[in-house]
Amino acid sequence: MNARQKNTTEYNFAYLDEDTKRMIRRALLKAVAIPGYQVPFASREMPMPYGWGTGGVQVTAACLTPDDVLKVIDQGADDTTNAVSIRKFFQRTADVAVTEATQDATIIQTRHRIPEAALTEGQILVFQVPIPEPLRFLEPRETETRKMHELEEYGLMHVKLYEDIAKHGQIATAYAYPVKVEGRYVMDPSPIPKFDNPKLSGNPALMLFGAGREQRIYALPPHTNVVSLDFEDHPFEASKANHNCDICGAGDTYLDEVITDDQGSRMFVCSDTDHCRIRQEA
Amino acid sequence: MQPLLQVKDIRKTYGPRIGCTDVSFDLYPGEVMGIVGESGSGKSTLLSCLAGHAQPDTGAVIFDGRDTVTMPEPERRMLARTDWAYVHQNPRDGLRMGVSAGGNVGERLMAVGARNYGTIRDTATDWLGRVEINADRIDDRPSQFSGGMQQRLQIARNLVTGPRLVFMDEPTGGLDVSVQARLLDLLRGLVRRMGLSAIIVTHDLAVVRLLADRLMVMKGGHVVEQGLTDQVLDDPQHAYTQLLVSSVLQV
Repeated sequence: MNARQKNTTEYNFAYLDEDTKRMIRRALLKAVAIPGYQVPFASREMPMPYGWGTGGVQVTAACLTPDDVLKVIDQGADDTTNAVSIRKFFQRTADVAVTEATQDATIIQTRHRIPEAALTEGQILVFQVPIPEPLRFLEPRETETRKMHELEEYGLMHVKLYEDIAKHGQIATAYAYPVKVEGRYVMDPSPIPKFDNPKLSGNPALMLFGAGREQRIYALPPHTNVVSLDFEDHPFEASKANHNCDICGAGDTYLDEVITDDQGSRMFVCSDTDHCRIRQEA
Repeated sequence: MQPLLQVKDIRKTYGPRIGCTDVSFDLYPGEVMGIVGESGSGKSTLLSCLAGHAQPDTGAVIFDGRDTVTMPEPERRMLARTDWAYVHQNPRDGLRMGVSAGGNVGERLMAVGARNYGTIRDTATDWLGRVEINADRIDDRPSQFSGGMQQRLQIARNLVTGPRLVFMDEPTGGLDVSVQARLLDLLRGLVRRMGLSAIIVTHDLAVVRLLADRLMVMKGGHVVEQGLTDQVLDDPQHAYTQLLVSSVLQV
């Protein structure tokens, strides 16, 4: 065991045993080598329920070193249940430093958002993915969807967008918006709002996607070209609530709508709590 | 003239049982071939082998100079969504039931690279009109359609990319007689106008009488008689064909 065992718990560093981490790292390497391709891996049972980020936690555990600084966000916020419990989990099992500041973190595990602050080279962004297969709700057979990826038969993905326009007059898909990676694989960017889709392309940070229940890992290496699918006459649009943040006043961030009473009052606030805090302090 | 499809000595067995064997024929552009026979005579097996849904044990299916049995799968699947069309007996097998009628027709267009919503929608509307489905049903799902409409929608979905060869497996099965008649009328019009070649498998002699130029009669996996449709039906030579023709009820 080469990992430092300075923590007092009986866990191996970052909970998973070294052989498991090695297996996950091999899958990660393959995923980075083939951007957007879903690599199967032997996902483990984690001490949390499926849907709470078991895939992301395993990827984070496999990437974590004792010198890393970890940030965990849930829908952009550092202080929600999912973020708090995963952060605590790694503090306890790996004893790593944690932070809420995006630019100080070396690994950021995220549920359904990309931070507002620009990421930099050397940072790793780990996404929690519920359903990695973008074609799943169009084609139920796994054998068939694999064949479709293999042969680049992605016409069906546009059928979904067509249905959106036919029903709603516009592409109504607002999250988990399908993208094409380096002109080859169609990928589900996990349920991030489509507001974040442009940040996927050409990003200097390494982006890793882990789906625990579905046992798939995929990745976007730094500076990968990522294009959101659309129609010529209905181009992709990164949309957000037409409002400014009621706390920090930012007009260019993704907003959460918060209901404040039962009289219909509401406020819009930045979903990225760290970004909002920095702007308030400035 | 070059034949569009050449079928050479197709044989398919299921273990010790014969699916079909020793089937050879040529199909020329614009020609409609009927395959009749009783249940279990191997006609559906033959159609699956021709359309690439099943792998024949021996033989060759040469489409436009290329052997579709040995060609790589991507090429065959490309063929299946451009030059070929396959109309299933049960429209539920050929349609996406959770997708609107317009989406169903548009799928093949998008599969070959159409990326303009307006154009796709116009083409879909045009094709719904051609198969006599009202344009205001374009956003309804096939599950809200009657059996006859579903079958017509399936035909529109298949013909939208202008295929050259259409495989049909009992296209009128499960429809009542008056709907059958209208569907046949429609099919005959489309086939003639677009100059399609077609292979139609059926057990209904009236269907082949109306649509097919040539007829093949199968029994027990073998072809027992083939020739021009009128010739085979009016002057059957083989005992089984005679039985088949004489067992049609006259009204």
